[in-house]
This record gives sequence, C-alpha cells and structure tokens, in this order.
Amino acid sequence: MNRLNINLPGLDLKNPIMPASGCFGFGREYSQFYNLDVLGAIMIKAATLEPRFGNPTPRVAETSAGMLNAIGLQNPGAHKILTEELPWLDQYDVPVIANIAGSQEDDYVETARIISQAANVHALELNISCPNVKTGGIAFGTIPDVAKQLTRKVKEVSAVPVYVKLSPNVSNIIEMAKSVEDGGADGLTMINTLIGMRLDLKTGKPILANSTGGLSGPAIKPVALRMIYEVSQKTKLPIIGMGGIQSAEDVVEFFYAGASAVAVGTANFVDPFVCPTIIEKLPSLLDKLGIEHISECTGRSWKRNEQPVNHRA
Amino acid sequence: MIRKELCEVIRQTEIADSIFEMTVKGEMVKDIRTPGQFVHVKAAGGYDPLLRRPISISSIDRSKNELTMIYRKEGRGTGLLSEKKTGEAIDILGPLGNGFPLDEAKTGETALLVGGGIGVPPLYELSRQLKAKGVKVIHVLGFQTKDSIFYDSKFESLGETYIATADGSYGAMGFVTDVIRELKLQFDVVYACGPTPMLRAIEQNYQDKKVFLSLEERMGCGIGACFACVCHTTDDPKGFSYKKVCSDGPVFRAGEVVI
Ligand SMILES: Cc1cc2nc3c(=O)[nH]c(=O)nc-3n(C[C@H](O)[C@H](O)[C@H](O)COP(=O)(O)OP(=O)(O)OC[C@H]3O[C@@H](n4cnc5c(N)ncnc54)[C@H](O)[C@@H]3O)c2cc1C
Ligand SMILES: Cc1cc2nc3c(=O)[nH]c(=O)nc-3n(C[C@H](O)[C@H](O)[C@H](O)COP(=O)(O)O)c2cc1C
Ligand code: FES
Repeated sequence: MNRLNINLPGLDLKNPIMPASGCFGFGREYSQFYNLDVLGAIMIKAATLEPRFGNPTPRVAETSAGMLNAIGLQNPGAHKILTEELPWLDQYDVPVIANIAGSQEDDYVETARIISQAANVHALELNISCPNVKTGGIAFGTIPDVAKQLTRKVKEVSAVPVYVKLSPNVSNIIEMAKSVEDGGADGLTMINTLIGMRLDLKTGKPILANSTGGLSGPAIKPVALRMIYEVSQKTKLPIIGMGGIQSAEDVVEFFYAGASAVAVGTANFVDPFVCPTIIEKLPSLLDKLGIEHISECTGRSWKRNEQPVNHRA
Repeated sequence: MIRKELCEVIRQTEIADSIFEMTVKGEMVKDIRTPGQFVHVKAAGGYDPLLRRPISISSIDRSKNELTMIYRKEGRGTGLLSEKKTGEAIDILGPLGNGFPLDEAKTGETALLVGGGIGVPPLYELSRQLKAKGVKVIHVLGFQTKDSIFYDSKFESLGETYIATADGSYGAMGFVTDVIRELKLQFDVVYACGPTPMLRAIEQNYQDKKVFLSLEERMGCGIGACFACVCHTTDDPKGFSYKKVCSDGPVFRAGEVVI
C-alpha cells in the first residue's frame, strides 16, 4: 500500500515531497545525485516573460539557522523554459509545478499562458511574493484585491490549476488567502521568504548587494507553521507548506498544521539528497506515530474529535 | 561524479598564524580531475552554521585517498573547522567546479603561478602537476604579513619563488603584480588565485598571454542550482548571459567573465 500518495488539484502525487522553487533550478544539477523519479513533484525556478539576469552579487548571506537570498528571479525567460528546460524534465515521471512571476499583470498572464502549455506542467505556482524584485511585484503579494484580480486573470488563461504562493510579509495572511480563493485559486503554497538583512562587521554596510533579502531555512519554520495553521482553518484550499523543512519529522509537523503536501527549499543546498532521504524515512516515522496514511495528519492540530496520536506505538 | 561523503580527518595543523592545514580521507579523491577544484564543507552538524563552506583542494594523495585543504580561520564556519581533531568525521561535498587547465602549459614552457593570501593553496597541487609534466614553474605569492606566510619552502622546492607582504615584514613590500614587473619575469602562461583586485590587475597587465584566474564568490549550493554565484560574461557584460563560479568555474580564462 502506498501510504504517501496525495491527490490535489492537477497533481497526482506519489508522495507529498517536492523541492521548492528556486532551490532546485530546473532539476539538472540534482539529477547527478539521484533519479528525480522518486520525487512527488518538482517546483521549478521562477519564470518571467523576458529573461532576467537578477541582482548583483553577493546574493546570499548566512544567518543563524537560515540564509538570506536576493537572487532577483534570474531566469532565461518563459520561451526558453518551455523549449529547453521543460522538455528535458519530461524524461522523468514527475509532475512539474511551474513558478511564474512578473512585474505587471500582463507579464504574469502571458507567462502563465506560455508555460501552462507544456504537457509535464501539471500546475502553476503564482509567485506574488518575491521580496527581491524592485518594481511592481510586491503589490500583488500584499494588497488583497490586487492579488485576487491577478489570480482571476491568470486562471482565465491557464490550462492547469493555479496555486498562489503567499508572502509572509503581510499583516493579515488570512485576508490574502481568502482573496485569492475568491479569485479562483485552486490551492495555496506558503510561505515564501521573510524579508531580512545582515550587515558586514568591518564595513558597516549590508552584506547583500541588494541590501535586503529573503530569509529561509529552519529559522522560519515556526512562522510557516503558524501561518499554515491559521490559513488552513479559514479556507478550503489545499496548502503545499514550506519553510525550513529538513526532516521527515518536520514534514509531519507541517501536515499537522494544515498542509496537504510540502516543499523543501534551502535544505537541498546543505544536503543534495534531502528529498529522497525524507521520502525514505517517512513510512517508518508514520509507523512510530501509529499513522496509516500521511493524509490523516493534515490539520490534526486544529481538527476536533480526532483520535490522539498513539504515543505508545 | 560529485559525492557527499563523511570524510575522516587524518591530521590538522596550524601552519601559520590562523592558517590551518587539514588532511582528510575520502573516496571523492578518486574523482578529482584538475588542481583548483574545491570542496563544500559542512563545518559542524546542526543548523548553525547552516550552509557549507567552499574550500579549495590544495593537494591530493591518490594512493592514500587523501586530500588536503589550507584555510584561514575567518568566521564561525572556519573557526569550528579548526577545532576538528584527527579521527573525527566531516561532511564534505565534492569535488566541485573546474580547475586550472594543465594542457595550456606545454612541456618546456614556463608557467607563472600568482597567489594572494588564501588564494595560494590551490596553486600548490597545480605547481606539482605542472612540474611533473616538465613545465618550468615560477611562483609569486603575496601575504598580509610575515606571520601569515605558509608553504614558502614547499613552493621553493618546485621552482623559483618570490614572496611579497603587504606590510613589508618579509620579502618585497607591496603587491605581487609589482614583483612580477620589477623582476621582469618571463613566462608563457599565468595561473592566478587571490583577491579580486589582484586578479583584475593580472588580467589587465597580461592581455597578450594565456591567463587563467580562479574566482571567489559567496555560495549557496556549490553545484549550480541556486544562482548565488553568477557573473556576467565579457561578450555580453550588461545582458542575460552568465557563468556560475561554482559549476562553470571557479577557474576562468581571462576575458571570459566580468570580474
Ligand atoms: C571556490 C572557493 C575556494 C575557496 N578556497 C579557500 C581556501 O582554499 N582557503 C580559504 O581559507 N578560503 C577559501 N575560500 C574562502 C572561504 O570559503 C571563506 O573564507 C569561508 O567561507 C569563510 O567562512 P566563515 O564561516 O569562517 O566566515 P563567515 O564570514 O562567518 O562566513 C559567512 C558566510 O559568508 C561566506 N563567505 C565569507 N567569506 C567568503 C569568501 N571569501 N568567499 C566565499 N564565501 C565567503 C561563508 O561561506 C558563509 O556563507 C574559498 C572560497 C571559494 C568561493
Ligand atoms: C536561493 C533561493 C531562491 C528562491 N527562489 C524562489 C523563486 O524563484 N520563486 C519562489 O516562489 N520562491 C523562491 N524561493 C523561496 C522558496 O521556494 C521557499 O518558499 C522558501 O525558501 C522557504 O522554504 P525553505 O526554508 O525550505 O527554503 C527561493 C528561496 C531561496 C533560498
Ligand atoms: S553556489 Fe549555487 S549556483 Fe553557484
């Protein structure tokens, strides 16, 4: 019996583990380490309509239990991704979730139209939450009505279900989630990075050339859990959770908070094998916790009348 | 092939002020192709520090499956690394990147190896391999001060070696580039690793020569996936074309990328 398979809009996942966008490129580098077929899905690096070079370096800075990045959505543009990266990924039996970004509504819509044509793209992840691009962008992730409108427009053209990636850099995440639900989103992914900063001890200046960057890694896990806990109780949309996941235990915790699947980002940089390792360890962890199927874990933190977990098992 | 391996520390010694030489044993030594490749080291278990640290391979011993790194104790990561004892295991990812091309120096030709500070280590294995194939090697090495000099006699045993220190406490005072000019050194190929201003000067000064430069950049993954370490290419300096220091480099032909 498969105890890990999950069905979500557009996504028939053999297991709920996938690498997070921007942390796995288009898969080529990690295919040196293992067969990508083992993954539940792959969230590819953000696509914009035109190619982007991104920000000057340094683009990363380290901090306790986390890292800051300001890559700035570097990518070869939607057409190249459609004609060069996605066909390469097609050799694997893995659904692709394509992350799309833009500076204005038209960019998003056109990118969605192009990328959703690929046969192996089973869902879009609408990135309205990148903290590292200067123009436009940010309004889509922080103003509920703007996010709703954008979701609606992208839904109109997309050939596949649309998941909206929420930013934690807002005062009311529930309001954002409900707005994109109203806009017709099929699911949510959360969280993107938290805006942060590090300064150089010698110069007194920011370490990142972009000054600020997005904080990811274990440091943000409690924030992600809290937000998923809140949002999952207030919307009907399935949530792909992310933020600091490193282990099978972390995965189960995200499910308890309300996630139906999870993505692993920064941990891939530390251990290229982290995704297959988690997938391999999940069944024995479920045994230990007395859980038949991982889907039973979703929302356990807030669901009523649930049998308590059998800690003696 | 890139491996992620728990390597055993064979020995670690402080060879100069805050400069550590660490030898580890691992299967990945079999996959090392060229001098100038690097490894990505997890300095400690747990989440702090979270990321790996890129360190060049300074020499290898294939018969024993051993590789040696030389690093300066800088911040938290290298600080923790310097506490590792013989017999302990370290999580290392490697070998990574593309090193110095040996083929560019022919038997009987002269190669100039220029290193600055912690850019000196990878030149050692390079020098050994060049010498072994009959290339004459000249070394010009720059250090901050007398106490931070290392491997001077090892380099001397391979070929002519000139040392410069920033404060003049040993050898010539000033920059390695001044030394090369004042001594009127003659050579066919240049291999260099060190601070960016030094690499820029070498690129400027020797446009008529074959020059190979090893770059440094802050890294995330070390394998080409995160786009932390990109630089522009010289043929398209403001455009979209790019190279990744970790997986396309760290060694580039002068003029290939914008430094
Ligand atoms: C390809 C390559 C080869 C290198 N080879 C050597 C070597 O042989 N010997 C040696 O002593 N050093 C080498 N370095 C530099 C070495 O990586 C840094 O000194 C080290 O990462 C500092 O870590 P820390 O935790 O002690 O310092 P911290 O300043 O606390 O580090 C904080 C963060 O900044 C990064 N960082 C800091 N300085 C550098 C730097 N100069 N280059 C890249 N990232 C940096 C760290 O990796 C870490 O993510 C190399 C760097 C690169 C890119
Ligand atoms: C280097 C880097 C690049 C990223 N690029 C993107 C991106 O292009 N699009 C996006 O939606 N999220 C991007 N993210 C955010 C991650 O997908 C993820 O939401 C976040 O890092 C939290 O997960 P983690 O703690 O497991 O890394 C990036 C994160 C990192 C560290
Ligand atoms: S360090 Fe990740 S691409 Fe070079």
